[in-house]
Amino acid sequence: MRRRSGLLFVAPALILFGVFVLYPMVTAFSYAFYHWQGTTRGGFAGLDHFVTLFTRAPFKTDMPRALLHNLLFFLGTMAFQNTIGLAVAVMLHRRPRTRRMLQTLYAMPYLVSPIVIGYLWTLLLSPTFGPVNQLLTRIGLDSWALPWLGDPDTALWVVILVSVWQWIGFPVLLYGAALGGVPEELSEAARVDGASHRQTFFRITLPLLVPAIGTVSVLTFIFAMEAFALPYAFGGSTGNPAGSTDFISLLFYRTAFDSGAADAIGTSSALATMLFIIIFGGALAATAVLRRHERRITA
Amino acid sequence: MSALPGLRSRGGIIAGQRSGTREVQRPVGGVTASLLLWGYAAVALVPLLLMVSSSFRTNADLITEPLGAPWPLSVASYKEAWTAGNFATYFLNSLLVTCGAVLLSTSVATMAAYALARARSRVFRWLEALFLSGLMLPIHLAILPIFYLFDGMGLIDSRLGLALMYGASGVPFSIFVLTTFFRQLPVELEEAAQLDGATTWQTFSKIMVPLVRPALATVAVFRFVPIWNDFLFPLVLLRKEEKYTLPVGLTTFFGENATNYSAVFAGLVITTVPLILLFLVATKQIVAGLTAGMTK
Repeated sequence: MRRRSGLLFVAPALILFGVFVLYPMVTAFSYAFYHWQGTTRGGFAGLDHFVTLFTRAPFKTDMPRALLHNLLFFLGTMAFQNTIGLAVAVMLHRRPRTRRMLQTLYAMPYLVSPIVIGYLWTLLLSPTFGPVNQLLTRIGLDSWALPWLGDPDTALWVVILVSVWQWIGFPVLLYGAALGGVPEELSEAARVDGASHRQTFFRITLPLLVPAIGTVSVLTFIFAMEAFALPYAFGGSTGNPAGSTDFISLLFYRTAFDSGAADAIGTSSALATMLFIIIFGGALAATAVLRRHERRITA
Repeated sequence: MSALPGLRSRGGIIAGQRSGTREVQRPVGGVTASLLLWGYAAVALVPLLLMVSSSFRTNADLITEPLGAPWPLSVASYKEAWTAGNFATYFLNSLLVTCGAVLLSTSVATMAAYALARARSRVFRWLEALFLSGLMLPIHLAILPIFYLFDGMGLIDSRLGLALMYGASGVPFSIFVLTTFFRQLPVELEEAAQLDGATTWQTFSKIMVPLVRPALATVAVFRFVPIWNDFLFPLVLLRKEEKYTLPVGLTTFFGENATNYSAVFAGLVITTVPLILLFLVATKQIVAGLTAGMTK
């Protein structure tokens, strides 16, 4: 293909992507370094807005709390979703007849909008009419029939577990694909040499799955840091009850569109920039570690 | 989204040769594992089934007996949500925005992917890297500049604006999948077409596009889901209720009808049904999209 016609083919995509993705993404950072009067840009602000995030109310208290919730969301998702997902994938492996069917069933909740999922579970867990508490009472677990979403101590864990429930099909699929790529000869050879099933799994299969585990971890991290729609459905934009389901994205949304403060654009952009640095830094660091591991096992 | 640069190279590790003769491996965990796997399938599905069955019951029925059967079947909640709850409007808006965006990003990305796969000049390597960098960009964080960009272009409260925005954000993933496909096609086909006097555009539209149809289906279906479900952009960029897409319309409806359980359930089902239908006809494409970049 000649260069000129090639450029003509690329142009529509490039213009669309440039105007609506690249340009906003690049300017997003500059917003954080200027003073703002409503929507009018003022003088250069340096790091003032970032200092505000750490020193002034409500950010001084809300920001670290929200960030902690994002981190708990990440750790909780890693602990439940990825371990259950890996276990399920290992059990599904070598069941060619039911595997596709079950993988499909597990992936169903992923399709549903997080807003729908949030409202669905709000209704299912409702203390007055919710079927979950009804069921718990019926099987004699009255003491477990609690207002799970009304209690600041449990609400965050409801959000995390519901998200795990929604996304479990994703690690099952990815680990399934990775397991399909592990050569059977390796585990057969280990078995011939007298290794037990457990030894074969932990010494042979698991190390070969590390790249896949790494991918899932990085994607989980990005996903957990950006959590917005699901907590919004559960606790509104203020993270009810009592800020216990507040996340950085919710704080960003409140600051940018609900606060009415004169410097709202500057402060919220500083928040977005901070979140971007965390996401990008975390993803880069994890990818670097993964690359090193890959080199070690391919060498 | 599942395509991080470091992971495409994994093919080297996982592409082991498989020998034809080998004893059949027994599945891990035997009967216990079977029970666990089917038990977990129930955990995944029962909440969704409860959503559907509750939507076919009356509100009074739901309050007195939360776990009852949907019998006699009542569609009153659907009538209420569809007309009084404006779900007819929200549904149409979601359909317009999502289909428009998918059509837009798939068509521009197909053209671009073809050029990126075939052109030799170094500019194209650079452009491809630029597009693929978009896979890593958390576009939701750019909502403020997008808001002011739309404000300047008169696109606030516009379904067209939303479709353009989603169309643009789908470009990196679509290009990523389609370039891989175009690269696998033999160059001889195009050379033959050119010898027969076909122009570049004719070669592209008559010969190459039909050959990548499976990839087009993957890209279109896989992009449909997140756009249909997206919440932040319509929440910020739309103003009037008559322009709302389903997720935003749902929050309004839930806010006003929080105790009218059966109507809310009906709204949840209306929002979800198109995706379930899509999933039933295109499971393969969705699974392929989720694992794109994991397997070569």
